[in-house]
Amino acid sequence: MDMQATQLGRGRADATGSSSMFSAALPFLALLVAGLAFPLFGGGYWGVIATRACVYWVLVSGLNLVVGFGGQIAIGWVALLTLGAYTTSVLVAGNATPEVPPYLALAIAAVVGAVFGLIVGLPALRLRTFYFAITTLGFATIVTQVALAWQSVTGGGVGVAGPVFPAPFDSQWGFYYFCFALAAICTWMTANIAASRFGRALTAIRDAEVAAEACGIAKPSLLGMVFLFSGAVAGVAGGLFASLQSYITPDAFTIDLSILFFIAILIGGRGSILGPLLGTILLTVLPEFAAPLVAWSTFLYAVLLLVIVLAIPGGIAEILDFKNRRPLESGRAIVPRPDLLGPLLGTAPDAGALTLEQVALSFGGVQAIDGLDLEIRAGQVHGLIGPNGSGKTTTLNVISGYYAPKRGAIRLNGAAMHEHARHRRAEMRIARTFQTPRIVGSASVLENVMIGGTIDGKGTFVESLLSLPRHRRDEARLRDTAMLALAAVGLERLAAVRADRLQHSELRFTEIARALMLRPAFLLLDEPAAGLSAEEIERLGELIAAIARAGTGVLVVEHHPDLIFDICHHVTVLNLGKILAAGTPAEIRAHREVVNAYLGA
Amino acid sequence: MVQSIVLTGLAIGCIYALIAITYNVMFSASRVFSFTAGTLGMIGGVLGSLFIARMGMPVAAGLLLALAGGALLGIVTEIVAVRPVLKSLDQHLYVLSTLALALMVQQFTAIEWGTDAQPFPRLFDVARGGFDQLFWLPMLACAVVTIGLELLYRHTLVGHAFLAIAEDSFAARALGLPERTLRMASFALAGAIGALAGFAGGEMLLAFFANAPMLTFYGFVPVALGGMGNNRGAVVAGLLLGLFQQTANFLVGGIFASVAVFTVFIIVLLARPEGLAGASLPRRV
Repeated sequence: MDMQATQLGRGRADATGSSSMFSAALPFLALLVAGLAFPLFGGGYWGVIATRACVYWVLVSGLNLVVGFGGQIAIGWVALLTLGAYTTSVLVAGNATPEVPPYLALAIAAVVGAVFGLIVGLPALRLRTFYFAITTLGFATIVTQVALAWQSVTGGGVGVAGPVFPAPFDSQWGFYYFCFALAAICTWMTANIAASRFGRALTAIRDAEVAAEACGIAKPSLLGMVFLFSGAVAGVAGGLFASLQSYITPDAFTIDLSILFFIAILIGGRGSILGPLLGTILLTVLPEFAAPLVAWSTFLYAVLLLVIVLAIPGGIAEILDFKNRRPLESGRAIVPRPDLLGPLLGTAPDAGALTLEQVALSFGGVQAIDGLDLEIRAGQVHGLIGPNGSGKTTTLNVISGYYAPKRGAIRLNGAAMHEHARHRRAEMRIARTFQTPRIVGSASVLENVMIGGTIDGKGTFVESLLSLPRHRRDEARLRDTAMLALAAVGLERLAAVRADRLQHSELRFTEIARALMLRPAFLLLDEPAAGLSAEEIERLGELIAAIARAGTGVLVVEHHPDLIFDICHHVTVLNLGKILAAGTPAEIRAHREVVNAYLGA
Repeated sequence: MVQSIVLTGLAIGCIYALIAITYNVMFSASRVFSFTAGTLGMIGGVLGSLFIARMGMPVAAGLLLALAGGALLGIVTEIVAVRPVLKSLDQHLYVLSTLALALMVQQFTAIEWGTDAQPFPRLFDVARGGFDQLFWLPMLACAVVTIGLELLYRHTLVGHAFLAIAEDSFAARALGLPERTLRMASFALAGAIGALAGFAGGEMLLAFFANAPMLTFYGFVPVALGGMGNNRGAVVAGLLLGLFQQTANFLVGGIFASVAVFTVFIIVLLARPEGLAGASLPRRV
């Protein structure tokens, strides 16, 4: 059974995987060939433009992970180019230190860039969007001012000579190939990240941050790694930029350049590698065709930015996404296969019980939960019902760590759970879904489900960057498990479809599949039946019952009494934050107060 | 020396506070921070210099036209960069759309007006003295705007409507308030306030296109520290910022004064992201 199911997963994943992987790689191969052959056709000045495009892309590729994937609006990234350029130039020139060989200087620039990338980026963990955008902009202004003022080292307004790399990279084409090789490596590395659990986790943080936390994605460490990487490549780009310019002054690093990098990503489309790559080439080449307009270039970039934001927020990548414009079959039914839950969830050891003892919580003057006792046992379904505002979702949020209870304790097998650290809940194998599905709309259904298994990856960020074996094993395993989870909830035929094209009910089952990726000991479902048809509710009920039979403890918050009474072993009724009644479905159905207050006659 | 630091600090602090109020008025009406706030200040200075010094208009006419120009730019901000992205506020597209508009205005000014700082005329033809118009004009402008806004919000029907929109725009619309018109009015008001900041501080900041990003940053510091939407907090934080910056300027020099301001800004924000006087974040789940 186990083997058969895994093979089912693998077969399907390969069918959708290998052919699309080839067609996805095709544009990159074409660009690689074009880039290698470029010196045969282009001459003189066009060589400089092509080299510049490569240098810009080295920076933009890293920034793309921050902006396009992570959704962090880092506008002032030119500051890191400035730092890298000055670090390399000053070290090679020996203004402040003994002269350093160019390659070592470039490596040091990468380290300086990484450190400052982290420093500039970290406020993103605490600050909201506009605040973060402003701080990066402020940082960019200050770096230029310091470069201007620190004359003894940077040469002030007079500037400093850029480094010259030794032969064979000292000729125009030699230097071009050097930059081209670095650009190609950056493309490869960021594409590896994009296709890894780290890339998916970044998009989850961008589009569904709360769901990302529930899947155990720790935003600080993930963004930290991305800022380090992005800063490092920006530092390298700075060194190359200085060499290409052959002489740098603070004037060379205007905020316009930062805007160019940023727009290249937006034109390209968020969450894509190819799009921003084409965007960078386009923006580097465009001014050369519009020489009379050169004074207006920043103005035109700004117009372009406005047009993209208002008219095509998806960018080039969305325009090129032909696959997702094919119509989906209509009248598709979700047919879960509970028999696949066994191989998916495995035979977990008895997880014991999750208990709430006298938990109380208030928002301002409103007592949301007031002395709640609850026990969710492994292998059983526990229903939590009650009118709107009775504290059901709040209870769920307390368990998954969004609110700290004012009083009382939550215990997992008798051990108190730390109130905070929401993303630690996934390690305890507590999974959940949300009242409104929280999904990465621009990612495929399969990728969305794979996000649920993020914490099961063994490889590190660097291993993914370089596509080392452990990364490839992680990916293969995650893909197989996710296909299995999709098959179990009845959605495997939609695996390759963009998630924002799904119907509401399909999104609900997608969320369940994502939660199952954790092989949860406890599964918290927040109104899973809302918006489902009667037939879908029935299948949902069977699925939930099967999940519990496989050993998982399930807590269901619901309004549909039929579903609750069909599948629950135990039901708790809340009213105004207090327990109105608790017992077996039969007892609840006969409870006079519950019937009067909630169920109706 | 101390007198000069205090006067300059308070005067420039008043300009920052006015830009902060510009941010706040736009934010209250739309829940959007706009990058055009500093641009409005810059435009106020440039238009004032254009109308009075270059075209020889009387001061009163120049002021009115500069304010009208600011109001117009405020309305354009609302129509072009804010309204189209309001329905998807959670995607933060307004950051990019308002940035784009701010850059367009700034670049247009740089090309048509010039990239050099140009002088702003002295508005009152009196000899320079200790407590010069250089200092008291921004302070007067700030006092007028702060008191005017308090009166507007507290004692007029339109002001109550503004507050209702700021508090809960859905509920306000349900009550039959013309939300869109009020939002445009707010942006026009914000535009005029921003232009007034640049106009009153014209002699100090000059008519210079690069004032736009400078004011956008330093005008936002009081917003962040004073708590968003809180005008009194913005004025206090603006004055403190002006004094701190001028003191640092005197003690460690201009460049490192900006480094100092930036560092303090980041540290305070990291310690208290909601500002020194702000409320905590709303519920997320």
